[in-house]
Amino acid sequence: MADAALFEFLHTEMVAELWAHHSDPGPGGQKMSLCVLEGMGFRVGQALGERLPQETLAFREELDILKFLCKDLWVAVFQKQMDSLRTNHQGTYVLQDNSFPLLIRMASGLQYLEEAPKFLAFTCGLLRGALSTLGIKSLVTASVASLPTCKFQVVIQKT
Amino acid sequence: MAVCVAVIAKENYPLYIRSSPTENELKFHYMVHTSLDVVDEKISAMGKALVDQRELYLGLLYPTEDHKVYGYVTNSKVKFVMVVDSSNTALRDNEIRSMFRKLHSSYTDVMCNPFYNPGDRIQSRAFDSMVTSMMVQVC
Repeated sequence: MADAALFEFLHTEMVAELWAHHSDPGPGGQKMSLCVLEGMGFRVGQALGERLPQETLAFREELDILKFLCKDLWVAVFQKQMDSLRTNHQGTYVLQDNSFPLLIRMASGLQYLEEAPKFLAFTCGLLRGALSTLGIKSLVTASVASLPTCKFQVVIQKT
Repeated sequence: MAVCVAVIAKENYPLYIRSSPTENELKFHYMVHTSLDVVDEKISAMGKALVDQRELYLGLLYPTEDHKVYGYVTNSKVKFVMVVDSSNTALRDNEIRSMFRKLHSSYTDVMCNPFYNPGDRIQSRAFDSMVTSMMVQVC
């Protein structure tokens, strides 16, 4: 119970710290900070992608891996499952969370909509990292229509 | 008691390879390299056969006259290969499975180490000591 709160506070502090020391407050500097956050999430995702499926049997296909992300990974990090997973069967998946724990403390509705992307960068990296350990190269983006509902779009890169 | 233990990355290069009698190292490296083909065969066979249970432990890959080679694949396509002495008949399947499980959990610990970059050679001393404990003691 307590470690959920610890992670939320740590994450909030990470975002605040990266934004506090902005040497370049324009869009270039912001992109840098978002990249740093995403990179951190990527490394954490790589480690989680190794540790969490340790006892499970081998994944048979891509959809199994996405289901694993929605269920096991989300439960391990946010103590709840992803609310919906949609796909177009051509390599694009949309994961929707209706009450994302990192956003739920902020607002409910349209307030702070511009601030929301900073808080999603780490999680995008987390998804990308876990997918990369499990053998899938992907591009993950997040979008918020109204807090605390957010959608993560995963596009599989075919090589 | 293993004679040689190897950890092979997804892209089929060795992350960690250690053999017990240090004179014949090249021979063991070669054995591990040839066993990779068998591992790939087993993985693709698992994918085609619509078996519900897909195990991580691959079992005996191939026996030679003095050695037996066992394999194990993780979900992240990292392969563990272990070579044991054929004369050691006391070694049962369960023991090999438990050795692979220990290897897997140590490898996961190495992965979670923030100072380790995924894809580098494994230099962790904890991993080294765990492998030493399961290898043949050369006296």
